[in-house]
Amino acid sequence: MDKRVVITGLGVCAPNAVGIKAFSRAMAEGKSGIRFVPQLKELGFGCQIAGAPVIAEDLLGAYFTPLQLRDLKATGIIYGVMAGTDAWADAGLAKAPDDAPHWQGGVVFGSGTLGVDKFHEAMLQVDRGEVRRLGSTTVIQTMASGVSAYLGGILGCGNQVTTNSSACTTGTESVLMGYERIVSGQAEYMLVGSCSDSGPYVWSGFDAMRILPRKYNADPEKASRPMSASASGFVPGSGAGALVLESLESARARGAKIYAEVLGGALNSGGQRAGGSMTAPNSEAVQRCIVQAVRNAGIAPEAIDAVNGHLTATSKDALEIENWSRALGREGSQFPYVNSFKGYFGHCLSAAGSIECVASVLQVHLGKVFGNPNCEDLHPEIKSKVDEAKIPRQTLDYGPQILAKASFGFGDVNACVIFKRFRGD
Amino acid sequence: MEESTKYDTLKRIISIYLPEDVSVDAIGAQSHLINDLNINSAHLVDIVLDVEDEFDIMFENDDMERMQTVEDALKIIDIKRSKK
Repeated sequence: MDKRVVITGLGVCAPNAVGIKAFSRAMAEGKSGIRFVPQLKELGFGCQIAGAPVIAEDLLGAYFTPLQLRDLKATGIIYGVMAGTDAWADAGLAKAPDDAPHWQGGVVFGSGTLGVDKFHEAMLQVDRGEVRRLGSTTVIQTMASGVSAYLGGILGCGNQVTTNSSACTTGTESVLMGYERIVSGQAEYMLVGSCSDSGPYVWSGFDAMRILPRKYNADPEKASRPMSASASGFVPGSGAGALVLESLESARARGAKIYAEVLGGALNSGGQRAGGSMTAPNSEAVQRCIVQAVRNAGIAPEAIDAVNGHLTATSKDALEIENWSRALGREGSQFPYVNSFKGYFGHCLSAAGSIECVASVLQVHLGKVFGNPNCEDLHPEIKSKVDEAKIPRQTLDYGPQILAKASFGFGDVNACVIFKRFRGD
Repeated sequence: MEESTKYDTLKRIISIYLPEDVSVDAIGAQSHLINDLNINSAHLVDIVLDVEDEFDIMFENDDMERMQTVEDALKIIDIKRSKK
């Protein structure tokens, strides 16, 4: 029989808060993490605002040795190691002793592009003919799997240690990859999550595509407007989210606290056919992904009482809501509560799925549905599908029993995971 | 530069790359950087870069291979500086 999988640890490095306690408060109070970035203005960006975690310099010593901190420029690794180490400690797991790794513990920690600032520095050196002066950490800071390699070594994991990458789906995909490894009995606990680097070299390509808002540089907190009629593009973000998934047996044997249960989920792609493209989703694939996730979770669609969407604050938000509505066969006042966290901290790209999974699990654990900022002017097509009361502007004291979270990414790829409140049975 | 200052400068550079469980006091003239001090071999290139910057010299590939102990490093520094 398949193993049951629960969540026993959480960690986060988000634009609006660092650490689970501060993040829980920030989400419940609707604290924004979107700020004006002078560097983007100097460089002539159209969108000069972003959401990036604010890391106190003196905090880094708790996560890295002085040697590791020398020339550490990969922001994604900094965020990922902080979130991952926190989640591990939150789960009550120790770092492995010097002579024996955790054979039953692994890491699936995704990234989009990693160590961009380090890569930039290295490229300038190479172009100057100074290859021999690159130092020893250029490779480990810029390889896609750098973040899982750092985490695997710091924690001492002896099971699978890898990095997945599927654009904005990455974080949610990592949860399902770790889940499957435990369900199939190949690991007892897996650290899953994802990270995304900060900075102009990561965000510039999106600015060039003209898919970021340009009219809110003087009013950053109003810029990210998921589900609103005035949504004009996503605000770029960065950070990391981390979850410790564990077999229920192992969690019980350790007496670990349990945040929620992972019932299952689904991953698919629209194949860039039937309306899908490199950058747009095939709606049939999105609906199939949600339907399959519900089926894999062994629940009825009506059992879902909260949805956390991908909902990036573009004109595609209404289409996503329609896809949810068709997939779940629910609309109007029968539609579950729905929110997007991107109104708080923007679109954290490859870190989006994991930060949002962390916030989703916190909703289930704390008995809250976090509010939706900046959608006073709900998009008319969304209003025609979903009763306004199901899209709370302020945080609600409602405890979701079963929550569906989905992420969609460039390449026409989809992920949907189902979390359930854990009541001890 | 005095012999003692040179040695202390080199010791300070090496100490940055020591594993957490090796103390600075373990560094002696005869210490083998990898076998005795447990320095990760990947960091030898970083030590070379730091020594180059500090003593304003440049290592050749052969020099890097010859630099096994603290004493080896001091000798290479002397030879390079005398040629300047």
